[in-house]
Amino acid sequence: MVLPKLVGSPIKRREDPRLVEGTSTYVDDIKLHGTLYCGIVRSVYAHARIKSIDTEAARQHPGVFAVVTGEDLKAGGIGMLPVAHRFGEGLKVPPRYPLAVGEVHFAGEAVAAVVATDRYVARDAVDLVQVEYEPLPAVVDLDAAYAGAPYVHEEFGTNIAFEWKLFNESGASIGEADVKLSQRIENQRLAPVPMETRGVVADYDKGKKSLTLWTSTQIPHLLRTFLSLLIGMPEHHVRVVAPEVGGGFGQKLNVYAEEGIASALSIQLGRPIKWIESRAESMASSIHGRGQTDYVDVGATKDGKITHLHVHILADLGAYHQLLTPVIPTLTGLMLTGPYTIPNLQCTVHGLFTNKVPTDAYRGAGRPEATYLIERVCDLVADATGVDPVEVRRRNFIGSDKFPYTTAAGLAYDSGNYPLALDKALSHIKYDEFRAEQAAARKNGKYLGIGFSTYVEVCGMGPSAAMPAGFGWESSTVRVDPTGKVTVTTGASPHGQGQETTFAQIAADELGVGVDDVIINHGDTAGSPYGVGTFGSRGTAVGGAAMMLAIQKVQEKAKRIAAHMLEASVDDITFENGKFGVKGAPDRAKSLGEIAWIAYTADTIPASIEPGLEATSFFEPPNFTYPFGTHIAFVEVDGDTGEVTLKRYVAVDDCGRVINPMIVDGQVHGGLAQGIAQALFEEVIYDDQGQLVTGSLMDYALPTARGLVSFETDHTTTPSPVNPLGVKGVGEAGTIGSTPAIVNAVVDALKPFGVTHIDMPMRGEKLWRIMNK
Amino acid sequence: MKVSMTVNGDQNSNDVEPRLLLVHYLREVLGLTGAHIGCETTQCGACTVLVNGDSVKSCTMLAVQADGADVLTIEGLQKDGKMHAIQEGFWEEHGLQCGYCTPGMIMSTLQLLQRNPHPSEAEIREGLQGNLCRCTGYHNIIKSVQHAAEHMKEGAAAD
Repeated sequence: MVLPKLVGSPIKRREDPRLVEGTSTYVDDIKLHGTLYCGIVRSVYAHARIKSIDTEAARQHPGVFAVVTGEDLKAGGIGMLPVAHRFGEGLKVPPRYPLAVGEVHFAGEAVAAVVATDRYVARDAVDLVQVEYEPLPAVVDLDAAYAGAPYVHEEFGTNIAFEWKLFNESGASIGEADVKLSQRIENQRLAPVPMETRGVVADYDKGKKSLTLWTSTQIPHLLRTFLSLLIGMPEHHVRVVAPEVGGGFGQKLNVYAEEGIASALSIQLGRPIKWIESRAESMASSIHGRGQTDYVDVGATKDGKITHLHVHILADLGAYHQLLTPVIPTLTGLMLTGPYTIPNLQCTVHGLFTNKVPTDAYRGAGRPEATYLIERVCDLVADATGVDPVEVRRRNFIGSDKFPYTTAAGLAYDSGNYPLALDKALSHIKYDEFRAEQAAARKNGKYLGIGFSTYVEVCGMGPSAAMPAGFGWESSTVRVDPTGKVTVTTGASPHGQGQETTFAQIAADELGVGVDDVIINHGDTAGSPYGVGTFGSRGTAVGGAAMMLAIQKVQEKAKRIAAHMLEASVDDITFENGKFGVKGAPDRAKSLGEIAWIAYTADTIPASIEPGLEATSFFEPPNFTYPFGTHIAFVEVDGDTGEVTLKRYVAVDDCGRVINPMIVDGQVHGGLAQGIAQALFEEVIYDDQGQLVTGSLMDYALPTARGLVSFETDHTTTPSPVNPLGVKGVGEAGTIGSTPAIVNAVVDALKPFGVTHIDMPMRGEKLWRIMNK
Repeated sequence: MKVSMTVNGDQNSNDVEPRLLLVHYLREVLGLTGAHIGCETTQCGACTVLVNGDSVKSCTMLAVQADGADVLTIEGLQKDGKMHAIQEGFWEEHGLQCGYCTPGMIMSTLQLLQRNPHPSEAEIREGLQGNLCRCTGYHNIIKSVQHAAEHMKEGAAAD
């Protein structure tokens, strides 16, 4: 009998029954006896000195157990929030305590915390805390922040937190290029908006002097380390659990004030403390993404070959550094040349403090900005040279025979075949017919547009040496239990990606058991090896690879035990169709369960073999992976209102080997929605006083079912050579590839109005003004 | 204040603060944590339940307003330990990823299919306009609803 392969099959997700039945446990579903509720008092000013905090009325309120300020926490030994990147000495790092001390630097910054019997009383108490502020001038606009005073952090005498440069030029200068063009390109601030906001339950056990923190996070292990440093508790006395996590998108790849505050309060009061973020708090205090103004100069030949790319990036860091804040715009710099052989590259990044929520990794994290920029540049070059935008891309592609390919930014792309993905995408549409239809429609006052994006991105984060703060590896333990069932733990803690299914598919195939004989455990720092987390499209590429290495160790040991059981040489043991047998004698073969029983009873195995059947591996990838693809968007712009209708979307993505095509397509769909929404709908807006205008889902335009279409997805498969699974990662590709396809389509639609660039989002009003100038 | 209602067929009665939201009554008092809170301002629909047969965002209704009502939550959808056709549809068509919006999405789908057993794609998109999902891009949610519509027995939606 040949066992059917699970890898490559669209098997249904094993995590779904609990989710569709409403029985899963997210943080707010955890109920511990004696729990008290925490509420946070937040700054109403973008920039102000705290003159006084009167907590008396709140303390006197019935049901209130404690009120603490920044000074209280500091006096109690609580430290500063961590900054995890190794950025060198030039980086300016302002101090940041979980509760502000002395000054606040963005509206929404935590100033005081209250603890009460329930969440309603906690909310009452928050309103009773009186904070007296002395307002200071707010820095909001990026160009103004770069120009000079006022300053977010007066002590630095500048808003520039760092300067980062990339220079790779030889030969002719940009001034000698046939075609020269310049463009200012905005990449607006976005809010990640996982449907579950953040939340924590902290429970201090006095007897054991140990703290357990349940928190909605992507990185339980890293959080445990940083939390122990933040609150001054030895790491081995801290346990962090990520329960069911309702989406992350990078926002939960961080260490937040409330994780430290709730922990400190649980230790102080000896009671479990729950804090659940409101959506308004989420919008005003959890990290945002993007936020760049890019000044671009391009040199090209008359044939549309791009020879020079010079970019000055003003990056909106917000008021402080979170875990990886300054790294994100440097990823933009590194990916600027996209899938193209652009020989001359210059990039300068100025990371700027502003009186806004800090930015950090949001789905794509620096790469969407790069892809948007270079894909807009391709269309600008097409406009300037008269070469078709598809042909511009083709003429600049890195050849499929050139991999591994070292870019002008110094990255070594692992594998790729960009023309193949482009051709496959084109095969889904009738390009020439569309151009004819477009021309005819324009005569009737109907504005159709097509937009292309031929992206490449970098993911599968690590390797450690190339990561901004190390931690580029992942761990896994694979244990075959005495009855032959398989228990896997992974450090890659998922939040919707379906790793309980995809990892089980791999493990079942490799160990010759059924998928229901495997369980994938994650998210709990107790009883698992130290791990890293799920972000940067690394879950399978790094975490799955770690599991694969552990499986190989288990296979080796199983072979040694089988050799003993079958009285054969290890070299003669084969593993086929789930059975360990001797070459040429398949009828004597032993199952994994039979071998496991012998491994644990251990009374018949020789002394040279340790009892048990379990292995742990740490996988350190030798390089990043570089998924790629071609996206094509069709839009119509209403001639009367400027409203954009998405008509059709074709996405051909190459994420290497596919473990579960259903889950891969799901990742692509979700990614597309977020990338398309940046182009069409979403924008975090602050007024000139630094007040958040888009502070609720009433004002922040998340895409709804009505604003999107059913997507047409397809794939090419170019395996990655950098991990044993050949996978590249797919979590962010949809977001990275899609934004420019939409904008290019809208600009294409409005070509009759002489427009070559429009900043996002493509709101009807903005487009109407262009059409009615 | 005393509040009494039937939830998933079970009668219950409790003393509550007048300001207690229905979603907190379900989650905290009755321990039915399937309805989730995603925005508190009636935009996201993660807290959707049926009150007297109408889909309601339970984060903006007071528990006392549901006094005497018949409430159906995600926990009441299964029959004899078997998933409802809509739950099957979401599982079958990968209509969820993180799962946080899913209970509300399913309850809104129930209302949609009760009113229109065979909706077009446009009608599904219109009908689920009040429920936000950040993971799926809605693509597979549409397919899930179509799958449920095909597999729901005539009249089953009214149960």
